[in-house]
Amino acid sequence: MAQITLIEAVTQALAYEMAHDDSVVVLGEDVGVNGGVFRATQGLQEKFGPLRVLDTPLDEATIAGTTVGLAAQGMKAIAEAQFEGFIYPMMEQINCHAARMRNRTRGRLSVPAVFRAPWGGGIRAPEHHSEANEHLFTNVPGLRVVLPSSPARAYGLLLAAIRDPDPVVFLEPKRIYRQYKEEVPDDGEALPLDVCYVLRDGTDVTLVTWGAQVKECLEAADELAEDGISAEVIDVATLTPLDFDTIAESVAKTGRCVIVHEAPKTAGFGAEIAARLAEECLFDLLAPVHRVTGYDTHIPLFRLEMKYLPSVERIVEAANKTLAVS
Amino acid sequence: MSIAAKFEINYLQYLDPAGQLVGKEKDLPAFAKDLDHMVKLYKLMVSTRVFDTKSIALQRTGKLGTYASCLGHEAAHVGIGSAMKDEDVFAPSYREYGAQLYRGVQPREVYTYWGGDERGSDYQNEPARHDFAWSVPIATQCLHAAGSALAFKIRGEKRVAVCTVGDGGSSKGDFYGAINIAGAQKLPLVAVIVNNQWAISVPRSIQTGAETLAQKALAAGLPTIQVDGNDIIAVRKAMEDALDRARTGEGASVIEAVTYRLGDHTTADDARRYREKEEVEDARAKEPLKRLRTWLESKKAWDQKKEDAWLTECDEWMDNEVNAYLETKTQPVTAIFDYTFAELPEDLARQRAEVVALDSKEH
Repeated sequence: MAQITLIEAVTQALAYEMAHDDSVVVLGEDVGVNGGVFRATQGLQEKFGPLRVLDTPLDEATIAGTTVGLAAQGMKAIAEAQFEGFIYPMMEQINCHAARMRNRTRGRLSVPAVFRAPWGGGIRAPEHHSEANEHLFTNVPGLRVVLPSSPARAYGLLLAAIRDPDPVVFLEPKRIYRQYKEEVPDDGEALPLDVCYVLRDGTDVTLVTWGAQVKECLEAADELAEDGISAEVIDVATLTPLDFDTIAESVAKTGRCVIVHEAPKTAGFGAEIAARLAEECLFDLLAPVHRVTGYDTHIPLFRLEMKYLPSVERIVEAANKTLAVS
Repeated sequence: MSIAAKFEINYLQYLDPAGQLVGKEKDLPAFAKDLDHMVKLYKLMVSTRVFDTKSIALQRTGKLGTYASCLGHEAAHVGIGSAMKDEDVFAPSYREYGAQLYRGVQPREVYTYWGGDERGSDYQNEPARHDFAWSVPIATQCLHAAGSALAFKIRGEKRVAVCTVGDGGSSKGDFYGAINIAGAQKLPLVAVIVNNQWAISVPRSIQTGAETLAQKALAAGLPTIQVDGNDIIAVRKAMEDALDRARTGEGASVIEAVTYRLGDHTTADDARRYREKEEVEDARAKEPLKRLRTWLESKKAWDQKKEDAWLTECDEWMDNEVNAYLETKTQPVTAIFDYTFAELPEDLARQRAEVVALDSKEH
């Protein structure tokens, strides 16, 4: 079986679903002949034609609004924002229509669409190409916000997102698009949405994260293990609706929690998890919850971006702080 | 210098404000020669106005929330709705009741929506059942129509998507985005700009420097026309031509229907703050019902007796609709949650349970 990268898993999922469901269409800028600037839609136009893999005019609002119309009239539309930093013009259509159509019409119309976007920093890109804005979508009712962190989860979660009857914002951590390969059978098996994935079992501290930071968290867990500390690592994967139970169960076991994300700290999604821990798990906690995040600044241009993104060192330090409290 | 491209904007009118034919009888479109059909259109224009008057009365007596009146737009709206086929899809903004009633939306549904209940957008009757609901963010619905048109094209269906937008809405990117992708992909779309001269308090004169709103279609490469939006024959004819082109694979069109918003923007607005009485009186003299009635009467197709009888029927109809609306019970509190997702996520189910518990304590 072929080993594939995360970006190839995205392509594989798109191709699988397009081949098995005629109503699936892909639209965006440069998604056709060019196969997308990251090659997520490579070869799809050749297979499925220029209407089902549509190069749109260069207007994000057009992509998002057309997607709403397609989906409300029986298609499963997958829109691509070229970079998550360009998603702002789509937000009116996503928030005001995609997320509300079912509620507005009492279920008469719905928007089974996926809004895909390469997300996050760390690829030495120009300004506006490194944003992590998942928090702008996580408090929008009616939306699912999904962030895969491995080739297998990218494949399974994207299939689930396409098949979901409601709109999904699917943010792809581009820093790990080609980081490593793994075997991903092209069997059309979706993974469940709305659940967190426990990637590593541990007993001393829980590291909660999503997207590209899964890599740093797993590395931090390795480092901590060298010091005899057992860290549990949770990939949230679907931020909303949140499977808080998995996080709560883990914290009940470890008593300590570090939340890691690359978006700015204030009102980032980590704040929501920390608040829930305070509300629901305070007496399980042995130490204050810590957050390791991007700072409340704009992500710097690339010479400094690795100083901004949560590092293994910062995560280990935060974990040790929670362990210093007994 | 040579000319790179040359354009002109045609204007279409059959009935002038006095109800006189502008051209020759023989040049009337086929539907207009069918007087029974014209009477049907007139009757719906009248019932739309009766409905609108009733809505404002309901709002003034505290039985509706804010309401957006359609007074003066009856020819434009009925012209649009009556030209469409059942299988087409309509994406309105929020005051195109004349088109919607034609497509099966019930007055009680309109009241329910403006009366603060989402069920008003759950249109029960086809063909409205597959149409879009009212879209409040200006011009966003144009892209839903473009997306619908793309769906029809992909599936090879001979259906057309129709959207309406105001003069103010024609300033928005979503309007241009919709006609632009429709031009690029030859989509079966008809975009109608219902130019009623006022975007709340901002007049057409400072909305854009463009001489006509119809010409905005030229930038998208689409055929376009400006019509007298108070002349239902002109609106309907332009619609039929545009729908035919779309249905036969010739792509999208734009129509600018020039009309006038005789009422306030909504019941929350007071237009006396920003426009002269004389302007409104002048516009009232050009309103759409009177001219059609004059013409139908000249054809012996309508008279005072028929008018009185129809008005009585409309009153009864609307009273019945109002009663049905007023008898509608408020949704259970669980309705806040139950349409957010196809299946209620666990986390949301907990919030729902909290509200249910709170609600049962209150009762």
